[in-house]
Amino acid sequence: MFDYNFHWRPVMKSLPDLLEAALLTLQVAVLAMALGIVIGLALALIRLHMRGPLLWLASSWVELARNTPALFQLFFFGFGLGAFGLHLSPYMIVLVGLTFNCAGYLAENFRGGFQAVPDTQLRASRSLGMTAWQAYTRIVIPQVLRIVYHPITNQMVWAVLMSSLGMLVGFRELSGETQFFASRTFRIFEYFAVTAVIYYVIVKLILLGSRLLATRLFRY
Amino acid sequence: MIQIRDLHKYFGKLHVLKGIDLDVDKGEVLSVIGASGSGKSTLLYCINGLEPIQQGAVEVDGTDVHAKSTDINKLRQKLGMVFQQWNSFPHLTALENVALAPKLVKGKTKAEAREIAAKQLAHVGLGEKVDVYPSALSGGQQQRLAIARALAMEPEYMLFDEATSALDPELVGEVLETMRMLAEEGMTMICVTHEMGFARDVSDRVAYFHQGVMEEIGPPAQIFGDAQSEHTQKFLANVR
Repeated sequence: MFDYNFHWRPVMKSLPDLLEAALLTLQVAVLAMALGIVIGLALALIRLHMRGPLLWLASSWVELARNTPALFQLFFFGFGLGAFGLHLSPYMIVLVGLTFNCAGYLAENFRGGFQAVPDTQLRASRSLGMTAWQAYTRIVIPQVLRIVYHPITNQMVWAVLMSSLGMLVGFRELSGETQFFASRTFRIFEYFAVTAVIYYVIVKLILLGSRLLATRLFRY
Repeated sequence: MIQIRDLHKYFGKLHVLKGIDLDVDKGEVLSVIGASGSGKSTLLYCINGLEPIQQGAVEVDGTDVHAKSTDINKLRQKLGMVFQQWNSFPHLTALENVALAPKLVKGKTKAEAREIAAKQLAHVGLGEKVDVYPSALSGGQQQRLAIARALAMEPEYMLFDEATSALDPELVGEVLETMRMLAEEGMTMICVTHEMGFARDVSDRVAYFHQGVMEEIGPPAQIFGDAQSEHTQKFLANVR
């Protein structure tokens, strides 16, 4: 009734390659998040404080990033732009696509964070003679960062997992690499089982690191 | 000296201050009393430029607060403000709360700023709480922290916006005591307050606000003993 024999040796032989691909996955996810945080912060501030074309642009960004499948977003930056003669490398397609997606989600987290810090904090800062810039960077944003810290961690995990879509635009990150070996050896179950474990470990490490960092950052 | 001339303030269509004329001398303690919505808190916000005005002028030591050419951040160093919701910065320790503005705004070194902060915290009786975060302080302690934070900028005037209104009754005393101490040290103060005892005992003058108009101003003995305006009499009869 069950005549499949597990063969783990091919997987173990290509484990170094898989781990290398895992580093690539982590790299692209971290970069996308770093860019996503900066852009998301800017998008949130634009949506809270500005009018006109910039507001329209920021709102469209957030809506498209949140309301369409992430895969379609990658396809847009790959095949979509390709149709107009702009060819990005698979690495860039994934980096740009993930950044676009993360920035959209983070923008909404930041917006909620800014709304959760009372206006009176800004007033108190200004009453002490601080400039608006000083009040934002020293008083408001540090408090926002605490509010959005766990959502950011969540998004980081999501970015790692979402990067697996990269294999559909030819990017040899962890999933792409796994697919490559699996189709060469036909040990599909074994390869994806091991890769699932690698993803699991990466995410565990991120969550652990995030928790440790939180105890250092937020003593109040 | 603070000089207010024909000050009008609107929130949209709502006419909140209807032509206020008021001088506050150096060293004077002025208490501003009146019902909620009478415009007394708004008056303070207009004095330090946190709210724009629509007509008239506010001058602090001859500088027009609302003129475009005025460096408002510099002027605000002269005007310490204490809020009803004390607004301590939750992510900073008591010492950091007080030391931040001297460092950022006045360009003091870290060591100088910490020294100033430690001195002011001791001044308001929080010498033991230097490294504590605001969440571990009582409302009264947080309000005294806010006073220390304002004093660290070495202001020449202090504006108190209902500094005790949000406190539990048993915590009001310690904050009033701190304000009383400042008054005795000669600080110029404008105190919007509902504490009639404080207004009577500590102030040099008391102003009564009614629906955006300063109905009456005078020494406490006159306001509390011999109020001329019918509104003032009615208000005082109700609060006592």
